Amino acid sequence: MSETDRRAKADRIRRLLETEGDAVEANTLGFNQGRYDSVADLEDYEALKDEARAIKEDAIERLPELIDRVTETVEENGGTVYLADDAADANRYIREVAADREAERLVKSKSMTSEELEINEALERDGVDVVETDLGEWVLQVAAESPSHIVAPAIHKSREEIADLFNERFDPDEPLETAAELTQFARERLGELIADADVGMTGANFITADSGTIALVTSEGNARKSAVVPDTHVAVAGVEKIVPAVEDLAPFIELIGRSGTGQDITSYVSLLTPPVESPVVDFDDPDVAFADRDDDREFHLVLIDNGRMAMREDDQLRETLYCIRCSACANSCANFQSVGGHAFGGETYTGGIATGWEAGVHGQESAAEFNDLCTGCTRCVNACPVNIDIPWLNTVVRDRINRDGDESRFEFVYEELVPDDEPGGVDLQKRLFGNYETLAKLGSATAPVSNWLASLGPARTLLERVAGIDSRRPLPEFERETLRDWYDNRGSRTESADADREVVLYPDTYTNYVDVDRGKAAVRVLEALDVHVRIPDVGESGRAPLSQGMIATAEEQASRVYDALAEHVDADRDVVVIEPSDLAMFRREYEKLLPAGPFERLRDDSYEILEYVYGVLANECDAAGLRSGTDGPPIAYHSHCQQRTLELDRYTRAVFEDLGYDVVESDVECCGMAGSFGYKREYYELSMDVGDRLAEQFTEPETRDRLVVASGTSCEDQLGDLLDREAVHPIQVLDPRARFV
Amino acid sequence: MSVDTGSVPERFEAALADLDVTVTYTDPAGFDRTLERIAREPAVGTSLPFSSVSLPDWVNGEPTPRSLDSAVTGITAASIGIADYGSVVLPATPAGAEQVSLFPDLHVAVLREADIVANMPTAIARLGPELRDGGSAIIATGPSATADMGSLVRGAHGPKDVHVVVLEPSGERDE
Ligand code: SF4
Repeated sequence: MSETDRRAKADRIRRLLETEGDAVEANTLGFNQGRYDSVADLEDYEALKDEARAIKEDAIERLPELIDRVTETVEENGGTVYLADDAADANRYIREVAADREAERLVKSKSMTSEELEINEALERDGVDVVETDLGEWVLQVAAESPSHIVAPAIHKSREEIADLFNERFDPDEPLETAAELTQFARERLGELIADADVGMTGANFITADSGTIALVTSEGNARKSAVVPDTHVAVAGVEKIVPAVEDLAPFIELIGRSGTGQDITSYVSLLTPPVESPVVDFDDPDVAFADRDDDREFHLVLIDNGRMAMREDDQLRETLYCIRCSACANSCANFQSVGGHAFGGETYTGGIATGWEAGVHGQESAAEFNDLCTGCTRCVNACPVNIDIPWLNTVVRDRINRDGDESRFEFVYEELVPDDEPGGVDLQKRLFGNYETLAKLGSATAPVSNWLASLGPARTLLERVAGIDSRRPLPEFERETLRDWYDNRGSRTESADADREVVLYPDTYTNYVDVDRGKAAVRVLEALDVHVRIPDVGESGRAPLSQGMIATAEEQASRVYDALAEHVDADRDVVVIEPSDLAMFRREYEKLLPAGPFERLRDDSYEILEYVYGVLANECDAAGLRSGTDGPPIAYHSHCQQRTLELDRYTRAVFEDLGYDVVESDVECCGMAGSFGYKREYYELSMDVGDRLAEQFTEPETRDRLVVASGTSCEDQLGDLLDREAVHPIQVLDPRARFV
Repeated sequence: MSVDTGSVPERFEAALADLDVTVTYTDPAGFDRTLERIAREPAVGTSLPFSSVSLPDWVNGEPTPRSLDSAVTGITAASIGIADYGSVVLPATPAGAEQVSLFPDLHVAVLREADIVANMPTAIARLGPELRDGGSAIIATGPSATADMGSLVRGAHGPKDVHVVVLEPSGERDE
């Protein structure tokens, strides 16, 4: 990306933060909290998700057969099925249906698939009056804006803005003000428009192949009206919406509302088997009893491929087809919570999974626009009701985008500096962050000169201009003496032969070269628990390149790490990891980067440091050597995203509790720093905006004088920048030699 | 779904209370009086498929577009109640049950106590054969609602209020 592009992107994000950020934040945070509350009531949430996932896997596997089956059932019922290759094909068919009916007006209930087609524009060109009947969609139609969220399309607009819009556009007798007034006004107006519509169009959340039933998950009632008031119903749906049987709907009905807006269930789950038997509501014949009518209804199911069958053949993008478009991945995403879908989205789809959808249906360029807004924090992973590894999909697409770059553009600049396995076209900024280990090694070897150099104005200006590293962000300072050097010189304080336990402490790049203190604290705590510590010569986990979408480099580093650790794992030594994002590599991402055997061995034998301490203490080990809450300060604690996804945060909490610490914990999703993200010029302000949510929690009267404690490197850095208070790792709190208050 | 203790009808009632939906128990003998108390006129309805009760005279049992448009109350039968969610399953009928349950401000759903099931999978399993037979139904949970205008408002395009009448058996069970 050029400097100009970066500036333009930063400007655009700043504008959205200012204009739409507040409304998006309030709504997504509400949905997200609703999700937590609602799924907590489910007896077996995980089993339900597994069931939903299995149904989708099976359905996509059998998709060609299911398409045939649904075609048969719908046609037996008296409807028509059209399988459209792409948007143009679908639009042509739908326009024909409208022309055959001589339709003057088509009423439409919300459907992202129809947005993908841009069917409104196509019909309007033919002179058909297309009316969106979902209140949020209608607001956008009146305002001529695009949806910013897949479930709540007008999430970015406040009540005041909607009131202003309506008052200006419709000039009602009494100015509209409250949500109730606005809703009533819209209901009446849309009610009239629905009453004389010729065609009703809906989407479909699910289609059951055995019965030809369209399942619509809604709350307003407009989808029901659109489907049954006019005599012609067109349902548009991606082919991936088909499930084999009615019974398969059960887990989705229980999950979809909870996952999205946090409702246990939406007001209506319509199960329409069209052409439906309900009478047409014909206001031109207002006195004919419904029971006396004998309607000849028309139903068209338009199934859309538009890239989906190719996605099915693509081992990575295939996962996207399992998506039920619940929006949980958007609502749980810290970046989305700040900017919404107008920044975090492509031509049609928004939020975490939008990368997959956009790459599949509109092509990689559309995904490239916003793909970098996924920081890989993984907060969406457990939220997804069909267990899609959304960050991995984003990484895969990022890698593909990287490879599309101009091969020769940057090669010459730093062949020497970057020992990665990537093609030369990869963006300079990405390559720089992806090769962080090399930089750290160099920086440490030349410290303090390197730190001094990096802190100089001209150097920062250059870094900003060439590599897009924001000059407002303090850079990490490298230590001359690395953790491994220190430990080699100092030697072990527990004898391997007498020690109860033996571990290898994984020297992640940051701990080894920058935050050496937390490494030392880890060694001292482990030794106080009578653990013999080894610090092996092992390189970066691959997290840095992976987060830049440099998968080949990450793969290479993963095998090197495994090679270096294998002998320890063979010798039954536990691997203890300080940095949660590196542990997440061992436990999650290595599944994609290593053969199954090595992955499983490393996964099963590695522990997050506080998880390990918890385990040792639970084995009735004496905690007397650790600093307890009686001597320690009151704490404001922020866990780390990946740590929480792996449900490891509870160990830190439990250890603090057992040792009598007074702890207040943050409940925000993410600190906003997310590795390299917060350094990037184009995202700096967004990163700070996200961080502000956390900063607010830690500046309240109850927290503002507490010691700030964070598990992740990025979180520590970000909190330090936001609060002007130094943040430390939990292990440093327990360190018997800790010096802070 | 905050309730997981008690009998199935008790859980159904508690879930409805969480939705702000009133539920009234009655038996065939008290049915007319119960409806009279709940429904506001003008009222339209579609015939109830239960042998023990039928719509009283003051309910327009042959709705038309015009009467539907002016009705304040719509009365239809529900075929299943789902205790975990306080949902009622509303079958669509050629006589217009779908419309009658949707257009008026108050929807009164009449449900037999014996048709209340514990959970969603049971309800869906019951619906399977009906849908495969060409039937349509709405799983309705509370009134229509939207949050699109800045805060939660009921009665977006559908009813503002829902009232569930549970019909208890009395000697002469229908079937
Ligand atoms: S990817 Fe998962 S969480 Fe995101 S919208 Fe799809 S189903 Fe929901």
